[in-house]
Amino acid sequence: MNTWEYAPAPESRDIANLKPSYRMFLDGQFVEGGGEPLKSVNPATEEVLAEVSTAAPSDVDKAVKAARRAQDKVWGRMPGAERAKYIYRIARMIAERARELAVLESLDNGKPIRESRDVDVPTASAHFFYHAGWADKLAYAGLGPDPKPLGVAGQVIPWNFPLLMAAWKIAPALACGNTVVLKPAETTPLTALVLAEIIQQADLPPGVVNILPGAGGVGAELVNHAEVDKVAFTGSTEVGKLIQRSVAGTGKKLTLELGGKAANIVFDDAPLDQAVEGIVNGIFFNQGHVCCAGSRLLVQESVAGELLDKLRVRVATLRVGDPLDKNTDVGAINSREQLTRITDLVSAGEQEGAEKWVSPCPLPDKGFFVAPTVFSGVSQAMRIAREEIFGPVLSVLTFRTPDEAIAKANNTPYGLSAGIWTDKGSRILWMADRLRAGVVWANTFNRFDPTAPFGGYQESGFGREGGRAGLEAYLDV
Amino acid sequence: MSDRLTVAKTYKLYVGGAFPRSESGRSYPVHDTKGTFLANAAQASRKDVREAVVAARKAVGGWSGATAYNRGQVLYRVAELLEGRREQFAAEIAASEGVNGKRAQSTVDAAIDRWVWYAGWTDKIATVLGAANPVAGPYFSFSVPEPTGVVGVLAPQTSSLLGLVSVLAPVIATGNTAVVVTSQDRPLPAITLSEVLATSDVPGGVVNLLTGRTAELAPWLASHADVNAVDLTGAPESLAADLERACAGTVKRVLRRRATEPDWTETPDISRLRAFVETKTVWHPKGR
Repeated sequence: MNTWEYAPAPESRDIANLKPSYRMFLDGQFVEGGGEPLKSVNPATEEVLAEVSTAAPSDVDKAVKAARRAQDKVWGRMPGAERAKYIYRIARMIAERARELAVLESLDNGKPIRESRDVDVPTASAHFFYHAGWADKLAYAGLGPDPKPLGVAGQVIPWNFPLLMAAWKIAPALACGNTVVLKPAETTPLTALVLAEIIQQADLPPGVVNILPGAGGVGAELVNHAEVDKVAFTGSTEVGKLIQRSVAGTGKKLTLELGGKAANIVFDDAPLDQAVEGIVNGIFFNQGHVCCAGSRLLVQESVAGELLDKLRVRVATLRVGDPLDKNTDVGAINSREQLTRITDLVSAGEQEGAEKWVSPCPLPDKGFFVAPTVFSGVSQAMRIAREEIFGPVLSVLTFRTPDEAIAKANNTPYGLSAGIWTDKGSRILWMADRLRAGVVWANTFNRFDPTAPFGGYQESGFGREGGRAGLEAYLDV
Repeated sequence: MSDRLTVAKTYKLYVGGAFPRSESGRSYPVHDTKGTFLANAAQASRKDVREAVVAARKAVGGWSGATAYNRGQVLYRVAELLEGRREQFAAEIAASEGVNGKRAQSTVDAAIDRWVWYAGWTDKIATVLGAANPVAGPYFSFSVPEPTGVVGVLAPQTSSLLGLVSVLAPVIATGNTAVVVTSQDRPLPAITLSEVLATSDVPGGVVNLLTGRTAELAPWLASHADVNAVDLTGAPESLAADLERACAGTVKRVLRRRATEPDWTETPDISRLRAFVETKTVWHPKGR
């Protein structure tokens, strides 16, 4: 069989309208922050993309006060139908600038342009569009007869889906009548600041949305600010616990979307080729930087050999490299720090006796890259079966019976997502009932929609984002 | 009054469907509001908390796996049995809470009605909180509320029966199992309730009731890794923030203590049913 070589198909980086410097967005204005400016780096090349101002504690205070004023005087009093129209505007303007946002996201985050273009940006726009419509219909949400906003929401988001996570946080908060102070991740602040530009152009009243870049210290300052009424955090379980501790006793409403170690369970009657595609999507989507990634593959013993063979053949075809190349399947690891964490856990897997297979794909000379890695012969006690790797590394375990699959899948303090692959409908529903996870994908994986609630059980956090259930996080009911 | 000497009851814990004394061998005197001795209650220990959690965990599979209709019938049956013990509860409430007979009667009535109200929710809450999600793609996506698991409940300190029923019934109606620390100074109606539960169809371990010092027991419950959620309603004010902090250790769901004990005679809403459920979203492709 002939092999057809791919020609590079790079998206132009000029489309990103990259600016040399970005400023924080406070009370309707772009202003310099009092913190030490940070340099946002392109993880695919290690070059500095832009300098970004960061917030000092006094800026956090100003932003929270601006948000408070805006909530008291304008946004909280505005009829829902009017709020809705502002939020619809944001949805439309994200769609209008979709290409620019996608390229900028891939530059700043390292994810393949195919994903930022087809998933991150359209889903972000959809999230605003969906929630806009709720703004004047909250009494129909079934949560209580007279739902009221909470006030000022302090929101801290991660670097894996920078724009999309901003949308997941801001859209429901605004629809429910709250105002927002949001801190984007230290390594990926750029698209959130373009979103701020959109919010400014959409003419939202000053102070309704404030975006303050910075490191963890800014997040802590925000979460602990006495005038914040609601805290929403997406990120690691470790930091989630710190936040839960720090808001204890304050009466602030809290929702947490934390880590995961999802089981992707393949039965012997599953269509194996489809399952292979689902496994690949489950763990290599977004370089595995996904809290709901299918990082533990549980295969029924009788098909384990066959499935692993097919999986290795398929994974070897994944193209790793330039995030802006439309042919790229796996982009850059977001930061050197994350790269180190992944390589540490990979070494742990080897040391603990799992069998490592690495895709023979070529890797770029510079930038942060990890070739897709599959560990087989993994036992439940190994670190690679217990800890969230947050990288393109899959751990494969086997099982014999559905009961054993459930026991192994649930053997984790996490509980964010799970996958089931089988042709038998009754088994899907039986499994779905027993999996202790907030999202269960059957014969598919990594599907997201603004109408479908997303969130975890146990140490994967509490509260939901999306759907009717997601509104509860931002309402006093 | 007959001159017969009554047979006094030994009040014990209720764990895993049995009535053990505290493993610590401790008990404490319970008085009425005027200070008259009523009985000795078992003073539960850390080990009793842990055994109650083990019993509650063991009961999760069966209770959460029962059909909602079945749970509704089992809970309704409890109300039938409560009705049969109205006089006993009224007498205990009158003694514990220092209210007159009429008021005690109406409190028992309200508690029974509250239990019936929650019994009726078992097979309705999923319809109210669940959804078929109209996702933008060829998928069937639905969301259902599921029980959180083992819930630690610090029962209200003042309202010894109506308050207890108001916090316990929603926890088990949604399919959770419970470890309850009863009102510290008014534990007797709770123990009588456990006798009702033991003779009803509620499986052993679904409800576990511990009497003792709330401040001593609550931290063990809040920090126990096999407890999924904690209701702090009856927490001592001075401890509430510490207990919340302890809950963060395993990301427990927390229903916070309110500044003052709620007025339990008010008609409830579904907020307590919402507090101890997890929304699960399931996706499946559509196609020929």
